[in-house]
Amino acid sequence: MSATTHGTNSLHRQRMWALWGSYAALAVFVIIFLVPPFYTIITSLKSSAEISAQDGSPWMVKHPSLENFWYLITYSNFQTYYLNSVMITAVTVVVSMVISVLAAFSLSRMGFWGSGVLSTGVFLTYLVPPSLLFIPLFQIVGSLGLINSVWCLILLYPTLAVPFCTWIMIGYFSSIPKELDEAALIDGANYLQILTKIFIPVAMPGIIAATIFAFTVAWGAFLYPLAYLYTSNQMVLTVGIISDLIRGDVFQWGKIMAACLLASLPPIVIYAFLMDYYVAGLTAGATKG
Amino acid sequence: MAEVSVRKVVKEYDGGVQAVKGIDLEIADHEFVVLVGPSGCGKSTTLRMIAGLEEITGGEIWIGGDVVNDVPPRDRDIAMVFQNYALYPHMSVFDNMAFGLKLRKFPKDEIKRRVDEAARILDIGMLLERKPRALSGGQRQRVAMGRAIVRNPKVFLFDEPLSNLDAKLRVQMRTEIKKVHQTVKTTTVYVTHDQIEAMTLADRVVVMNHGIIEQVGTPQELYHNPTSRFVAGFIGSPAMNFLPCRIEEAGGGGLLVRVGSALSIPIPAARTARYAPFKNKEMVFGIRPEHLVERREVGKAGFEPVELLVDVVEPMGMETMVHFFVDGAPVCARIDPATHAAPEEMLALTADMNQMHIMEKDSGKVV
Amino acid sequence: MADGSGIAATMTSPGAGRVPMGMMQRFLQRRSTVAFLLCLPLIALIAGFVIYPAFYAIYLSMLNKKMTTFVGFGNFAFLLKRHTFQLVIFQSCLFAVTAVVLKAILGFILAHLMHNIPGGNQKIWRGLLLVPWVIPLALSTLTWWWMFDPSYSAFNWILNQFGLENVPWLGVGWIARICTITVNVWFGTPFFMIMYLAALKSVPEQLYEAAAIDGANAVQKLFFVTLPMMRNIISITVLFSLIVTFADFDIVRILTGGGPQDMTHVFATYAFQVGIQSGDIPLGAADSLFMFPILAFAAFFVLRGVTQRTKEIAT
Repeated sequence: MSATTHGTNSLHRQRMWALWGSYAALAVFVIIFLVPPFYTIITSLKSSAEISAQDGSPWMVKHPSLENFWYLITYSNFQTYYLNSVMITAVTVVVSMVISVLAAFSLSRMGFWGSGVLSTGVFLTYLVPPSLLFIPLFQIVGSLGLINSVWCLILLYPTLAVPFCTWIMIGYFSSIPKELDEAALIDGANYLQILTKIFIPVAMPGIIAATIFAFTVAWGAFLYPLAYLYTSNQMVLTVGIISDLIRGDVFQWGKIMAACLLASLPPIVIYAFLMDYYVAGLTAGATKG
Repeated sequence: MAEVSVRKVVKEYDGGVQAVKGIDLEIADHEFVVLVGPSGCGKSTTLRMIAGLEEITGGEIWIGGDVVNDVPPRDRDIAMVFQNYALYPHMSVFDNMAFGLKLRKFPKDEIKRRVDEAARILDIGMLLERKPRALSGGQRQRVAMGRAIVRNPKVFLFDEPLSNLDAKLRVQMRTEIKKVHQTVKTTTVYVTHDQIEAMTLADRVVVMNHGIIEQVGTPQELYHNPTSRFVAGFIGSPAMNFLPCRIEEAGGGGLLVRVGSALSIPIPAARTARYAPFKNKEMVFGIRPEHLVERREVGKAGFEPVELLVDVVEPMGMETMVHFFVDGAPVCARIDPATHAAPEEMLALTADMNQMHIMEKDSGKVV
Repeated sequence: MADGSGIAATMTSPGAGRVPMGMMQRFLQRRSTVAFLLCLPLIALIAGFVIYPAFYAIYLSMLNKKMTTFVGFGNFAFLLKRHTFQLVIFQSCLFAVTAVVLKAILGFILAHLMHNIPGGNQKIWRGLLLVPWVIPLALSTLTWWWMFDPSYSAFNWILNQFGLENVPWLGVGWIARICTITVNVWFGTPFFMIMYLAALKSVPEQLYEAAAIDGANAVQKLFFVTLPMMRNIISITVLFSLIVTFADFDIVRILTGGGPQDMTHVFATYAFQVGIQSGDIPLGAADSLFMFPILAFAAFFVLRGVTQRTKEIAT
């Protein structure tokens, strides 16, 4: 190294160190953070015999087999849970999105007496955790005769999704320039046409982000189904796996882990393909408005 | 095609702020009228009331012989071009232009014919499949105009359509707009804060200030015969010089303008009668930089010699701006670049007093 | 209104002499009616399943177990005197505060590391680190439970390899508390990282360059540029996470069920045990309501932060 280039080189070297240091530290974090999913996969590939034999490292699988998955796929209860989860989630997503988009359009563009208060109220509702109100809701659901019915979840899940979805849709809609609806108004569109032909297509990233959020909430909810459902024909995945595969003290860990994996699959797949929207939705709450 | 008339129109926002304070304006069929004024003068509000985007607080707006106060924008048969273009970002250029026609349920081939025709006028035929984000500023501007043209409306409304373009493109699009108007001849109301845009485009210019109309006239009228100090100062660039003055008696029954102790210039005989009533009053003397030039044609009626101490010299190529201070007030002259001018030196000038203006000090009224 | 008198009236008193109700006004009025109708499902949802249950909870909490007589604040007083509930209060606060602080620190470190590396790779690393946040919490907690399993614990196997004793992960109070906090930190750190990363990206590069020219070192840049610029997002994220963590149910419920000896119970799990499992609805409702003050406190500040931020963005 010649003396003249020494200065720039040391700066360059310093940067390289910072870069590789960051990579190394991140790698450690990634390994730690991915231990549980890794262990889920390993266990799901083990037979019950291999798990109970307890010889050698539990972090390795000696005789990988898909028998746990095969068992679950052909197990009618598990099929029921899966179908219930899919059905409830689908309905929740559709209902939540319709409610949120209509409300967000109204709140961000049309306005009426008290719409400002309502926007704030929506945000505050978003901050209400499910564990605050599940006891009175138990009574309310009971009086509606919906205890142990998937319908109670279809009724209640939107309360978890709608406030946040509305909130981020208000953010996205508000960022659409006002001239765009004025141009459409002059072009001869009515409010419904402005919503469907201009706002929804333009705010598509927001719609996708909100949809993903509603999906995640409905798919992963645990407290409501645990509190309000008790027979296997009505159960959803999160609760069904625990109540069905754990019988007394007998833990069928291989099957439980395989079930966890199958149940985590839809959110993981959606995440893998739509990560940017997912992240946008995550950060929108604080940055969009 | 239609005439537009604005009669005693008032716009008052919640909280009692009056943006437009009862204006009257008659716009003839095929006419190109430009509303110009500083920001907050009510020009955009007026345009938006004509468009139906703002509620009219008082008065009436007529389009083509009908009162349209209560008609929603879509039924007024107008088209509007916005400052930020307001193109629908998810639609192609074709769909942007066709949107209004589709909503009005025009047959497909008619839509195609009209869009193609507009694209031909605006020379954007090759862009029809593109999305707005793939277009340059000038192209977006054309599409926005195309969207207005295809509708073949009674009135075109332009809301500062060139403000987002860079200086060079602005000049080019200005010509373009004028050409389009010569082709389609639709009644046009155009809002801008740029007086050059107003002068170059308009059949008639409407100068607005503080919610009222200061003056309406052709560009030439506004330039040569402004009725108020505001219009005199607003039209023309660089702006007219204003100097506090007194009208005094000169020898031989004539009058002169005295600015402080330093400067006194004779007033042409033709104007003596006009200014006589203001003798010995505090007035404001106005003269445009282009009427304060290098020493020439001395002796011609109204061409008076003036000598001033140069402060700053700004050569601009085709002309040179020279700045002075007279009695504490800034004065600008527009001289031939061949003339020698240097700071801290005296410069011999000619004032074309035939083009002078005298204004009342308080009201700003040109007398 | 097309006659002259109408105009004259309007001109003489612009405020009072409004034109009679025309189509435009009706149009506008109809517009706000339509706006209200579009919000109606939202209003119904919030009123029916949030506001009504909230008041109903207050009513319920003042009844006796059989819900026949009104006992005023009896349930609240009863709970406060109970040792288990005192533990619940302590543990909820311990759980929430410790977890949020750890998440905030780890998230901040991760966001900075992430910010150091170039854009294309960043996406991949970010994608990997977000996985804990994506898996439904109830399911990933099952895996943790399995890893903490007393007889088959994968962690203990590692400890054994280093010649260390087995640790009864979920069997001893304090260790179990640490385990629940660990799982929450594992789950929530990615959220903090993403929020902070977004905030870091929004700090203009020129500010750092200006600070560098003014002679600031890395630490000074952190304290005088990064932290002040991120202050709002940090506080919103922390308060928001505080609400969610404080009200957490899934982790404790699955991992320990509140045990051993009620030493990991938090408000939500205790309310579930008392209200749903033991059938004492009023006591469960009272228990849940104890969360309200701290949630309201955090919510107030989140809302303030968000409103401020909206204004910042708007200007």
